[in-house]
Amino acid sequence: MRPFAYQRATDVPSAVAAGTGQAMYLGGGTNLVDLMRLGVATPEVLVDVTRVPFDTIEETPGGGLLIGAGVRNSDLAAHPLVLRNYPMLAQAVVAGGSGQIRNMATVAGNLLQRTRCSYFQDITKPCNKRVPGSGCPAREGDHRNLAILGHSEACVATHPSDMAVPLAALGAVVNVESSGGPRAIPMPGFHRLPGDAPERDTLLRPGDLVTAVELPALPFAARSRYRKVRDRASFAFAVVSVAAALDVADGVVRDCRIALGGVAHVPWRAERAEAALRGAPATAEEFARAAEAELAQASPLPRNAFKVPLARNVLVRTLLDLTAREDLTAAGDTGETS
Amino acid sequence: MRVHIDVNGERLAADDVWEGESLLYVLRERLGLPGAKNACEQGECGSCTVYLDGLPVCACLVAAGQAEGREVVTVEGLASGDDLDQGLDEVQRAFVEAGAVQCGFCTPGLIVQAHSLIESTPQVPEDADIREALAGNLCRCTGYEKIIDAVRLAATRKAQNKAAQKKAPR
Ligand SMILES: Cc1cc2nc3c(=O)[nH]c(=O)nc-3n(C[C@H](O)[C@H](O)[C@H](O)COP(=O)(O)OP(=O)(O)OC[C@H]3O[C@@H](n4cnc5c(N)ncnc54)[C@H](O)[C@@H]3O)c2cc1C
Ligand code: SF4
Ligand code: FES
Ligand code: FES
Repeated sequence: MRPFAYQRATDVPSAVAAGTGQAMYLGGGTNLVDLMRLGVATPEVLVDVTRVPFDTIEETPGGGLLIGAGVRNSDLAAHPLVLRNYPMLAQAVVAGGSGQIRNMATVAGNLLQRTRCSYFQDITKPCNKRVPGSGCPAREGDHRNLAILGHSEACVATHPSDMAVPLAALGAVVNVESSGGPRAIPMPGFHRLPGDAPERDTLLRPGDLVTAVELPALPFAARSRYRKVRDRASFAFAVVSVAAALDVADGVVRDCRIALGGVAHVPWRAERAEAALRGAPATAEEFARAAEAELAQASPLPRNAFKVPLARNVLVRTLLDLTAREDLTAAGDTGETS
Repeated sequence: MRVHIDVNGERLAADDVWEGESLLYVLRERLGLPGAKNACEQGECGSCTVYLDGLPVCACLVAAGQAEGREVVTVEGLASGDDLDQGLDEVQRAFVEAGAVQCGFCTPGLIVQAHSLIESTPQVPEDADIREALAGNLCRCTGYEKIIDAVRLAATRKAQNKAAQKKAPR
């Protein structure tokens, strides 16, 4: 690990003041400490923000939730209002990592975790995301778990977060503080497609501090679900995942929110599927049609083509679950599949 | 830098800590507590699990500075006193009795994680819940069955102890 200076921030202004130059913010450290040890992240200053008091969850006047950037993943997943109003979010968070990881990991860190592409994590290999212009060995090499949607010649990585998938579906807003003042960046759109600059995962600029994530009020999200497919029953990143909320009345889909995980450089909001579903009968045939509409734009690589039918089937299955069962707000439902 | 940590109920200080050291390194190499084990250093195996402010975490991913002023309990701190027969926690005793230990490398982390599960669940947890709670602790020897037995045994005994305490007149 390269030598660096360690600073402890006690509030947002002191964090932003310290976060200049080659500084990085330290949340739970579950991704950054690992990447520093691997030599992938090489900050000159590490600004520890775990003592900044942005670790609360509050109801907003509009009926949404304001989730502090420092809220631990385990606290987020256990919060009564998250469980009641946004069950897919609680399900996604508990589907990620292990209990030990969730006890350290923060909301901001989860949103900003880097890809698990094996070349990215190996500094002896080329990788456009780590060293711009060095090439992308994943395209010809190991890309079984990489993107099928929205990738570029430069990079085919996926964003690994489970939590970010329901956030994209909900249209969460990321609150940012910087020396230039505060900003609010909506999801989807906070994470960026790789294009020819895969080194940039998000719209954040150096020194930007995430302070909170705001969830809009969305009453029908009380009936929502996160379904994750992985290579083993627990403690593995998503191969494909789906977050969906469905508003059905008299057998017709009035509204819906859908996002896919494990398929792109961003948590992928399934706008085409949503458009196909609005106003359509809530039937298996229509769900399949909507899933086809979304995945028609997929461009899989040779070794991850299986993800296209997998994503389609998981999406249909998630929507069927939501229409078949009335009790999906239950806390005990972790949305897991194996 | 100097780091102060409340470890197993005692305020300890470690000097000359390099910023890049982990809590795990500080515990093992500077504070003489080799219970928590160092294996993957990537959060994947759980053998370094310790309590940090009451919650189990992977100490290998905690930067030393993050632990400043915080409370840590390691597997050593779950036992009381020096008498190894009398002083063991129910979870530690159950691991021995159930034969849940082979090479022992995963054991300290599993014991802390299982201890946390049992302390936070009023009833004896279902096997599925035990498995999920221990998903972040890898064991390459036992095949897990004896470990599940040990956790069930410890949980049952702790529940019985609690019930007995309630009944006993004060
Ligand atoms: C073994 C293992 C398994 C895992 N499995 C899963 C899984 O299945 N699903 C899943 O979703 N995740 C998984 N994870 C990833 C885990 O969720 C992330 O590591 C975690 O959420 C990161 O949060 P953190 O607070 O520890 O971030 P850190 O490691 O502290 O930081 C991550 C990044 O965010 C930046 N950052 C942190 N806070 C701020 C802030 N306030 N403002 C601006 N930037 C900030 C840091 O500079 C860094 O770049 C796994 C991790 C491990 C180690
Ligand atoms: S897919 Fe992206 S992260 Fe992986 S090697 Fe290619 S450029 Fe690097
Ligand atoms: S050594 Fe910390 S999780 Fe493996
Ligand atoms: S007993 Fe050897 S790793 Fe578990």
